[in-house]
Amino acid sequence: MPSVHGGIKTAQPFIKVVNLKKWFPITGGLFGRTVGYVRAVNEVSFEIPKGGTFGLVGESGSGKTTIGRCMLRLIEPTSGQVLVDGVDITNLKRKQMAPYRRMMQIIFQDPYASLDPRQTIKSALLEAIRASGEKPSATDAFARAKKLIELVGLNEDHLYRFPHEFSGGQRQRIAVARALATNSEFLILDEPTSFLDVSVQAQVLNLLKQLQKDLNLTYLFISHNLSVIAHMSDRVGVMYLGKMMEVANTQTIYSNPMHPYTHALMEAIPVPDPAIRHQREILHGDVPGVVNLPSGCVFHDRCKYATQKCKDEIPGLDVQAPGHEAACFYAKDLNLQPLALYQKS
Amino acid sequence: MVGEQEMAPPKGEPILELKDVRVSFHTYAGEVRALNGINLTLYKGEVIGLVGESGCGKSVTAATIVGLLPENGEVKSGQIIFEGVDLLKKSKKEIRNLRSTKIAMVFQDPMTFLNPVLTIGEQLREVFTIDKKRLAQAALDYDLRRLKEEERDARDEAQSAKIRARIAELEGLRGNPPLPKRRRRRHVLDSLAAEALKKMRIPDAERIITEFPHELSGGMRQRVMIAMAIARDPDLLIADEITTALDVTIQAQILELLKILREEFNSTIMIITHDLGVVADLCDRVAVMYAGDVVEFSDARGLYQKPLHPYTQGLLRAVPRLTERPTMLESIPGSVPDLIYPPPACRFNPRCPYAWDLCRQKKPELLEVEKGHYTACHLYTEGSKRPSPS
Repeated sequence: MPSVHGGIKTAQPFIKVVNLKKWFPITGGLFGRTVGYVRAVNEVSFEIPKGGTFGLVGESGSGKTTIGRCMLRLIEPTSGQVLVDGVDITNLKRKQMAPYRRMMQIIFQDPYASLDPRQTIKSALLEAIRASGEKPSATDAFARAKKLIELVGLNEDHLYRFPHEFSGGQRQRIAVARALATNSEFLILDEPTSFLDVSVQAQVLNLLKQLQKDLNLTYLFISHNLSVIAHMSDRVGVMYLGKMMEVANTQTIYSNPMHPYTHALMEAIPVPDPAIRHQREILHGDVPGVVNLPSGCVFHDRCKYATQKCKDEIPGLDVQAPGHEAACFYAKDLNLQPLALYQKS
Repeated sequence: MVGEQEMAPPKGEPILELKDVRVSFHTYAGEVRALNGINLTLYKGEVIGLVGESGCGKSVTAATIVGLLPENGEVKSGQIIFEGVDLLKKSKKEIRNLRSTKIAMVFQDPMTFLNPVLTIGEQLREVFTIDKKRLAQAALDYDLRRLKEEERDARDEAQSAKIRARIAELEGLRGNPPLPKRRRRRHVLDSLAAEALKKMRIPDAERIITEFPHELSGGMRQRVMIAMAIARDPDLLIADEITTALDVTIQAQILELLKILREEFNSTIMIITHDLGVVADLCDRVAVMYAGDVVEFSDARGLYQKPLHPYTQGLLRAVPRLTERPTMLESIPGSVPDLIYPPPACRFNPRCPYAWDLCRQKKPELLEVEKGHYTACHLYTEGSKRPSPS
């Protein structure tokens, strides 16, 4: 399994996103004139090597889900490129796109909404298998469905049931089985465990890790939960208001955060251990709306280090150390302390 | 760092006691045994956490305390002693009265509990309108404040003396202030509402009271809800998953607010959550619930350092943490049981790695295993009789 822990980059990353931008127009008036834009995603770039996991983390409204959808062209990006194995898929025609659609799958947050309640699991899986382009015989297709359901830790009996007969964790397993039915190589996991209880979440996360190892899958893991992201990803991107604020390898970003937002986000997580109950620094204010973005650095009005420069100029996502990028003018000077709990280990 | 003193369970007088409370819901599928005889004691001034996964009965416990069980819910047995009186014996009207004065509750989704067509001010004013005594008092204070300002700005000695006389007259009413006239009431109420919001560290409170719920952010709405809940200085505040729908940075703000509430107002707070981190951050004592039972009850430090019940142990191990990156998380096999046909005896036995015959025959009681640390598990009482795993 290619590792990105040391920040080694292969010649051509499997997935590469370049300056992705998605602005949703706001229309108003009698003739539906465009009166403004919701700037959901702004010039976001990152890459994922084959077999790796990139974690996207951010609060609601930061644009993480929009990125996932743009990458699959479930919504068309306004501009930018999504390169899969070196091919830009944003301009492909419908027919040309088909093999990529099979290869790239998404697992949604809500397993209660993503499965058709009137379809048995068998029929849902067979539909996906038939969509994989091959034309397997009925027996072969069934054998594959059986193999898939066993792959995710369920058994043949479950094939004949309907979605309502399953618990949340089991449904999410079924969603994974269905995503794998097309021999996919790249999965976008959009908050796959945020509907699940902790004990079940652990089961699903373990399953995803195991599958990645066995099938050499590449993941884009989207979550608002930093701990889950830390557990799953090799590399993490922190988003705020449609902008990438910091990108680094997991170990680095947690032990040496360089962007004040990343730091604040980590400070905000309640730690399940009263012994390290610390006096936290609280980030004041709310996330501003994405229609009227703050000028300059989008984080400046909540940042305690902000200066006039932050209000006027937009910081670029610059390389601060090898493999560590942060969009802050003062990233190197702030000397943000890693969390106390991190020093403990 | 937090001092030791804060960690010690405050042993004041008990404010709320739940004794063997059993609650069932009647559904078409059968009787759902949601609470299976739970025992809990809350002391004055402490923050207690009720933690567990979905379906474990934590919200049902809260609903039972405040008498807000849905139509199909039924309290089968038990007592809920609040300040010496059994709440289950009270009439609907009495409970309702209690909810408006002594026990307050805040829920997960403020949008469902705020009226979308009334401004925040109108909704907050309502709270104070009911409280006639407070209203009269506030009106008096309001008048005095204004008169004092007038006195300061008085043109000459004659006017000043006149105002002073009026102040003295009002001061005389302090014992039994009259209700303000309707025309003036609104100003008084608005000032009370703004004051309540300021307690919640809401900046710009005067503007907020003119806004509608949809104009506020999630965190702000939750603050308004808390402001409403504590407006009448309740003895007990129940917070049911109040930070679940919020982003982490906003959650941190609300948690900070609750800490302030505890210190400034010495409130007793019951926090219901599924997030073990929130509990660790805030609570003095924690009760862990599973499938309608309290399986472990301890001071927060003891619980996290040395969880006794196998379920708590599993739950704590299943949480991904920032500090460690194991290849695999430890999970609890299986899922939460169906409460129409709950497993016999200990409801955790089908998922428990230590379970043996006794666990399927006899329900373990919640017993004090270590000082201040209770658990309901046979391992600690009958553990020696457990057949060694072959």
